[in-house]
Amino acid sequence: MLTTLLSGDFPRSRALSVLLLLVLVGLALAPFLVHGARALNVAATICIFVVLVASYDLQLGYTGIVSFAHTMFYGIGAYGVGIALHAMGPGWGPVALGTAAALAISLVLALVIGLFSLRVRAIFYAMITLAVAAAFAVLASQLSDITGGEDGRSFKVPEILQPSFRLMDGEILGRAIDGRVVTYYLVFASALALFLLMLRIVNSPFGRVLQAIRENDFRAEALGYRTVVYRTLANCLGALVATLAGVLMALWLRYVGPKTTLSFEVMTDILLMVVIGGMGTLYGAVVGSALFILAQNYLQALMGQASEALSGVPFLSQLFHPDRWLLWLGVLFVLSVYFFPTGIVGKLRAGALARSQKSP
Amino acid sequence: MSVTDSAAAVAQPVLSTHGLTVRFGGHVAVNNVSCDFRPGTLTAIVGPNGAGKTTYFNLISGQLPATAGTVKLRGQDITHLGAPKRTRMGMGRAFQLTNLFPNLSVLENVRLAVQSHRGLGINMTTLWFRHRDLIAKAEQILGLVALAERRDDLASALSHGDKRKLEVAILLALEPDIFMFDEPTAGMSVDEVPVVLDLIHHIKARGDKTILLVEHKMDVVRSLADRIIVLHNGYLVADGEPEEVMASPIVQEAYLGAGVADHV
Ligand SMILES: Nc1ncnc2c1ncn2[C@@H]1O[C@H](COP(=O)(O)OP(=O)(O)O)[C@@H](O)[C@H]1O
Ligand SMILES: [Mg+2]
Repeated sequence: MLTTLLSGDFPRSRALSVLLLLVLVGLALAPFLVHGARALNVAATICIFVVLVASYDLQLGYTGIVSFAHTMFYGIGAYGVGIALHAMGPGWGPVALGTAAALAISLVLALVIGLFSLRVRAIFYAMITLAVAAAFAVLASQLSDITGGEDGRSFKVPEILQPSFRLMDGEILGRAIDGRVVTYYLVFASALALFLLMLRIVNSPFGRVLQAIRENDFRAEALGYRTVVYRTLANCLGALVATLAGVLMALWLRYVGPKTTLSFEVMTDILLMVVIGGMGTLYGAVVGSALFILAQNYLQALMGQASEALSGVPFLSQLFHPDRWLLWLGVLFVLSVYFFPTGIVGKLRAGALARSQKSP
Repeated sequence: MSVTDSAAAVAQPVLSTHGLTVRFGGHVAVNNVSCDFRPGTLTAIVGPNGAGKTTYFNLISGQLPATAGTVKLRGQDITHLGAPKRTRMGMGRAFQLTNLFPNLSVLENVRLAVQSHRGLGINMTTLWFRHRDLIAKAEQILGLVALAERRDDLASALSHGDKRKLEVAILLALEPDIFMFDEPTAGMSVDEVPVVLDLIHHIKARGDKTILLVEHKMDVVRSLADRIIVLHNGYLVADGEPEEVMASPIVQEAYLGAGVADHV
């Protein structure tokens, strides 16, 4: 049962199991564990980024494809639903239509980019995706009649997802079951399903070929695997899942704009989360996203307290000033890459393996 | 009538190259090599280092596009087909410079080859470890090359000799019609060599497989080969029965004279 659900890909480290369980339970109960819109927003963002980062890892960590176009697919999903809801008004019809159109556009783009350029060397492929993504971002801001340009678009979501909606009277554990909670669980359940689906794919015979291609594509070809086909498929899968993550983000934010989806900043965030969590293991996406987004949201507050506590000490209070939080995030990143080159998951698994070999 | 037909079919070469040539800038590494390989035979390919043996293999198995000439498999022109297609048509290759999946387990290296042979690569919905027959097949092959105990080690952790054996295991897992061994025993310790040679013997004894073997050890060549071809500076300079080729002046001079004579 658990084997089928997790596709036989167990955490293989007690510390990692605990960490993952903590994240899972935390996210599953987030509306009742934390209060306030900000905290729920952090939880929803983690859910969506787990999917987004895992779909990127499918390409980078499993197949060895370096792409900078991942946020483009994410953006296509968000804009697809956003534009449809903006133009047609709230309802599930526009959501379905926007999602379908976005998936179709992403699939075609991923196929075209893949077939034209996955034959070329990795560095050229990375460059091509960078160029396409940049062109797409420019296009999105130029077509302001449709996309809302730099300002983006706010729109109304289907009624059941609106904040004013009440699923039931009264409260559970001090939280009214409103449209936000419904939306949160839609996001959470979708994210969980997509994550388990990806876990299945990477542990299928197909997923094994992806790892072989990452390891030695020349040899994979000699075994009879047409690597272009596999790379293109991995690319399309990653793109489609990223598109769905974008759909979820649009429904959650009730807003779509270039900053939140298409910007290069989002792309670098994804890269950092993959690397911190551990490439080539989907659990890394969970750990990486959770830590990174928590740090992004709460490091500043934490530093504010540290700075206050150190207010008497001249240099240190400056060092921990809340405005320096980005510097500290950078330092944390460099340290984590230096000490855990295989990511947190890689480190934890290696530790567990070493212990099990010492005491067989 | 039908008897003569099938006799003619047996005589047909399963693999042939015609005027096969590859040029690297000004250097012609394989020069106009025409050769037929008949089914069920073992052909040894000899020649000094840099003669073009590995390059000739690369042209046959599709790792390298030819500048000129053709490669035919069972009468079909495959010169413009890629390596994956040729593998799926029944060509198998063990590389001279070991070419493995270093960070995958020994078992997984072989299992991937079995999986390819069974055409399961695109399957996304099942779990790899539920295909027990593939794992069992891979384990059986690891047993043949005496690597069963190393199944869970990473390929990169193997000794040089064991890596060579893994190369051979991957080739076996592809169950090809045409086996191409590129110096399979080079750098192996003396006690490991027989494992590989016995396997080649075994494949040959089946009688239906075609084997191309690049090998420097002349005693090995003498005991295994039905025929020897000699490459030198990219040219095919001799072709015939083992004794006849070894005795020919061109071989004595071009190959055996080049410091390899002590192997004879
Ligand atoms: N990809 C390549 N580019 C340039 N020269 C090559 C390439 N592959 C092989 N050669 C050259 O072709 C010649 C034949 O090499 P090779 O086939 O490896 O010889 P052998 O296997 O008989 O020792 C050598 O001179 C080698 O340097
Ligand atoms: Mg060679």
